[in-house]
Amino acid sequence: MIEINGLTKSFGSLEVLKNITTTINKGDKVVVIGPSGSGKSTFLRCLNLLETPTSGEIWFEGEQINTPKCDIDRLRRKMGMVFQHFNLFPHLTILQNITLAPTTLKLQSKAEAEEKAMTLLGRIGLADKAKAYPAMLSGGQKQRIAIVRALAMNPDVMLFDEPTSALDPEMVGEVLQLMKDLADDGMTMVCVTHEMGFAKEVANRVLFMDEGIIMEESDNPADFFSNPQNPRAKEFLSKVL
Amino acid sequence: MLDSIAAWFVDFGNSFYDNFIKDYRWKYLTTGLTNTLLITLGALILGVVLGFLIALVRTTHDKTGNLKFLNAIAKLYLTVIRGTPVVVQLMIIYFVIFAAVDINIILVAIIAFGLNSAAYVAEIFRSGIMSIDPGQMEAGRSLGLNYTQTTWKIIMPQAVKNVLPALGNEMITLLKETSVAGYIGLQDLTKGGDIIRSRTYEAFLPLIAVAVVYLVLVLILQAGVTCLERRLRQSDRN
Repeated sequence: MIEINGLTKSFGSLEVLKNITTTINKGDKVVVIGPSGSGKSTFLRCLNLLETPTSGEIWFEGEQINTPKCDIDRLRRKMGMVFQHFNLFPHLTILQNITLAPTTLKLQSKAEAEEKAMTLLGRIGLADKAKAYPAMLSGGQKQRIAIVRALAMNPDVMLFDEPTSALDPEMVGEVLQLMKDLADDGMTMVCVTHEMGFAKEVANRVLFMDEGIIMEESDNPADFFSNPQNPRAKEFLSKVL
Repeated sequence: MLDSIAAWFVDFGNSFYDNFIKDYRWKYLTTGLTNTLLITLGALILGVVLGFLIALVRTTHDKTGNLKFLNAIAKLYLTVIRGTPVVVQLMIIYFVIFAAVDINIILVAIIAFGLNSAAYVAEIFRSGIMSIDPGQMEAGRSLGLNYTQTTWKIIMPQAVKNVLPALGNEMITLLKETSVAGYIGLQDLTKGGDIIRSRTYEAFLPLIAVAVVYLVLVLILQAGVTCLERRLRQSDRN
């Protein structure tokens, strides 16, 4: 579904990603872990071109996205993204947050979009917050709304950029539960996270990144966490587990 | 004691009659007020529209790197307008640019004050747009909205709300700045008071009257802005 070929990204003279090549298949739940500054967020942000790669190729559903010819706005509709700081639109109600993109892009009528939004809100138990503004919600509620907002576009893949890092500890669980539900529904997911429990439980693949390189890649997360091969991965896991 | 108070009232009454009633002198003030309001309103509209466009050019350039040429022009414009006094600009526009053209003097004042205000409004809007968390633009773009859609639907509503106090301030400044319109022979409120003073050789009453009228106008403006701010702050309550 997403093919990354020789992806390199530099900010000035600082090389953040070095020649990364990997593939994300339909239905994959890929968890990207690694120490701070390892380039994992930049890697994720390159996948929907929030960062423009310095070189290399990224292909999404058979189209190369990092060429000037590519209509990235159209492809982004199929790639949901969830941010560390939620980035809800504070001037809009929860319902408007969710329906803004589908209605502005004329993918759904206002009534359709609102019906879908209410269904999604009902699923996460926040239907009563439809008319509330983001400032009135807790962090966990905000992040779940942000996930629902992305889902309202019917994406083929969801990108999560440290979705629980800005949350109070007691709110991490509700967000992770929603992500697990998504995974169970078969959503393709790429998730940068520090939640090793989630990685172990949900991921079918783990990428361990450090210094802009995928140091270790495993299709067997349980095996990876109990017996990492790469020395940097060993060191990292010994600190966080 | 009582005599002197009574005398003061008689003096005041005479003075009031001389300055405002006699020969319909109050009309200098009402005509002046009408012109001041016309100039302010016209300049306000011109300033906000033009200032908004300049801010859009500047921020689009800063965020995307496009519009290099327009941005250079905008920067030059801001430098010149903000670097010279508004009175000088007004006189250049009237006595130089429109010297040979038969044009309504109020329109000249609207153009001059509008062009001047636009420079300040542009920087106000720009600061508002730049103050919005970049995450808002990223969230909009990641949903598939393009740059223009995200700017209009997500960035602008928040930016305008944030700059409302500064914008209200600029309106008040603009209203008071129009008092230099007399330099091109335009009869605005200040000039109206001036004419009365030159007829009666009395400074106190005409000037105080003019000052009070400005103050009342500013208070009305302020109340309007406060009311608007309160309505737009709806989403901040938690």
